[in-house]
Amino acid sequence: MLNFLARRIVQLIPTLFFVSVLIFSLQQLLPGDPALVMAGEERDPAVIEQIRQQYRLDQPVPVQYIYWVKGVLSGDFGESLRNKVPVRELIAQKLPVTIQLASMAIVIAFLIGIPAGIVSAVKKGTALDYGANIFALWGISTPNFWLGIMLIFLFSIELGWLPASGYVPISENFRASLASTIMPAFVLGNAIAAILMRHTRSAMLQVLESDYVRTARAKGLFERSVILKHAMRNALTPVITLGALELGTLLSGAVLTEQIFSIPGFGKLIVDAVFNRDYAVVQGVVLTTATIYITLNLIADIAYILVNPRLRG
Amino acid sequence: MKTMRLAITAAVLLLSFQASAQTTLRIGLAEDPDILDPTMARTYVGRIVFSAFCDKLFDIDEKLNIVPQLGLSYSTSDDGKEVAIKLRPGVKFHDGEPFDAEAAKFSIERHISFPGSFRKPELATVDHVDVVDPLTIKLVLKQPFSPLIAQLTDRAGMMVSPKAAKEAGDKFGLKPVCAGPYKFVERVQQDRIVGERFADYWNKDNVFIDKVVFLPIVDATVRLANLKSGGLDLIERVLATDIKEVRADSRLKLSTALELGYFGITINIARDKNKGPLSQSEKVRQALSLSIDREAVTQVVFNGEFVPGNQWVSPEHPYYQKGFPVPKRDIAKAKALLKEAGVTLPVAVDMMVTKGSENEAVAQVLQSMAAEAGIDLKIRLIEFATSFKQTQAGEFQAFLIGWSGRIDPDGNSYVFMHTGAPQNDGGYSNPEADKALEDARLVNDAAQRKAIYEKLTKAALNDLPIIYLYHRRLLIAHTTRLEGYKQMPDGLVRVIGLKLK
Repeated sequence: MLNFLARRIVQLIPTLFFVSVLIFSLQQLLPGDPALVMAGEERDPAVIEQIRQQYRLDQPVPVQYIYWVKGVLSGDFGESLRNKVPVRELIAQKLPVTIQLASMAIVIAFLIGIPAGIVSAVKKGTALDYGANIFALWGISTPNFWLGIMLIFLFSIELGWLPASGYVPISENFRASLASTIMPAFVLGNAIAAILMRHTRSAMLQVLESDYVRTARAKGLFERSVILKHAMRNALTPVITLGALELGTLLSGAVLTEQIFSIPGFGKLIVDAVFNRDYAVVQGVVLTTATIYITLNLIADIAYILVNPRLRG
Repeated sequence: MKTMRLAITAAVLLLSFQASAQTTLRIGLAEDPDILDPTMARTYVGRIVFSAFCDKLFDIDEKLNIVPQLGLSYSTSDDGKEVAIKLRPGVKFHDGEPFDAEAAKFSIERHISFPGSFRKPELATVDHVDVVDPLTIKLVLKQPFSPLIAQLTDRAGMMVSPKAAKEAGDKFGLKPVCAGPYKFVERVQQDRIVGERFADYWNKDNVFIDKVVFLPIVDATVRLANLKSGGLDLIERVLATDIKEVRADSRLKLSTALELGYFGITINIARDKNKGPLSQSEKVRQALSLSIDREAVTQVVFNGEFVPGNQWVSPEHPYYQKGFPVPKRDIAKAKALLKEAGVTLPVAVDMMVTKGSENEAVAQVLQSMAAEAGIDLKIRLIEFATSFKQTQAGEFQAFLIGWSGRIDPDGNSYVFMHTGAPQNDGGYSNPEADKALEDARLVNDAAQRKAIYEKLTKAALNDLPIIYLYHRRLLIAHTTRLEGYKQMPDGLVRVIGLKLK
């Protein structure tokens, strides 16, 4: 086990190295010149030259890369071209927001997706099943931005119950924080709920036809106990894995949803940074999300081994 | 479903608590501002935020007259090379430091010499600043420069606390310390910028709201939704297509001002490597201009809310040359001009257009109008950041683009039309135009300047380095709870005198 862990952690190093090279070289392919974008309307050649020198944009790409990696290794991600804020600080500001939104979304997804999947499997072929399937189809095919704007119209303008957009940190006011994130979390969770529902349904259907469930029923157990205790546990393992993967995606930021609801998370940070050619920010954010994703993967692998001793080598 | 209902009910309950004894003005911005250092800032939204935090030497009124702010008055020497400015007494910066001649000298010199300063070109004619007495400074110029005072009504005239600026260096923008009505409290990037009323403000009797919060909300529909739901008190940049909706809502008020800038087509005259038809003869450019029905463009795309134009200032501007009115559409004449130019029809033109629904709509209308005269405008959509690089490299034939405008007409003309000027992307060069642009900078008298600009107008409207199309209306909406709002022609939001019911 320890051996395996050590091997996996050592493997992380080349992976992260390739990620960093990839981030750096890909963004060089972006057309446009950061110094010009920064100057915006006011394009004085002397000032632009000064910016190029200050941010080493006049140096060859490999040299820029070495400066960056050197900084990253000592914990310095550089600073935003646009705002002069250290990138580390930006990430520290946005990460909690994205984590909050992603966790709420995933909780909503599980709360809707799994019960709906179980019910539609158990009541297969009934109106309930069709209803759940229609819901799933709707959830998958509804664009996030449309659903977002519709929710704003309903709950903020018509009913006046929720703030239309913006974000309140949990530390400031817990209730207001929930109120400011419930709509975007629902929009994100709704789409994932639909996917989870379909997976739960097919996994449940399979399990319900297996021998041990028939045995359990033959023993005379209550139907409720058969479904919740025996069938569900087995059926949910792949669904939870799927949920974990979706969480990873959510943590790298939800661009459209964050934009609509003005949630200052990773998605908004990176989109603005790309449009402003704020290279240091793009690099820092992508490296962070890549690290999170890789780490989540590692944790998932370890969890598998703990659950399934057959995989222990 | 039950859980969902529960969640919503819970969320609703939470919201019943929103009371606070303080009054807060919440302003919705269309973008997240850049750095809040007046020396290094570049964005339009940034200027809106600055007007709450940083007072300037001078300000403008509704009619574009220059009025006192931290400077009480100014006088220019006979040779135009010295400008003396009397300063307001008893003014304090947010850190309690006094505002005096030394501080004013420091601020202006910082704008001129700080590494990476974007104010440097605006104050390029200032050689040095002398302290005459504790409340008077003298700007000594390299040569006369009539737009100088107008520059001091914007970021170049913003005064910063020398103590704070020296301590913070290039990080000053993270916590600006100026002498405006509100004191900077905090900023969360892409989320909010907060200010609180400055107790020692020189004009504190006219500041009635305790706090001001700027919230960047990029989506115009969501911005308006926030205003309607009461989450915001004022928003900038309402879409022209939403004007009806705002006017129909009795709880909202629309304030408008005709912009100081313009929207038009910049033509690549001398730097077009492909030697396209527009670069061949001014007759082709005139034909393109005549093929466009400017009135129809504003009607179709902007519900007639924008104003057709043909010069770098709008027809309502004091420097507009009435002798050169907006041309009527004339297809026959356009065709005749193309024939005279000897080009083969249809004339294919590559037109660069930055992405965005309004821009694209304008481009399509222009395309169909020009087609009737035999000009085939090929629309090339491009992302905004990329367009900068392309214009610098001269890789365009025509570019549909606007300019946000400056208070002095020099700021709308010199950098675009003078030979070799930084924003003269099409490489336009005409000795007559150059002379007029230079002369206008030397004269302070408005009537004399206008007479000089007439020569420029004549040259520019014949050569057409830029085909001016229309002037946008700056649209600001606010709730009726907000009282005392006056729209200034620069589009910025002044917080002085505002009250919340």
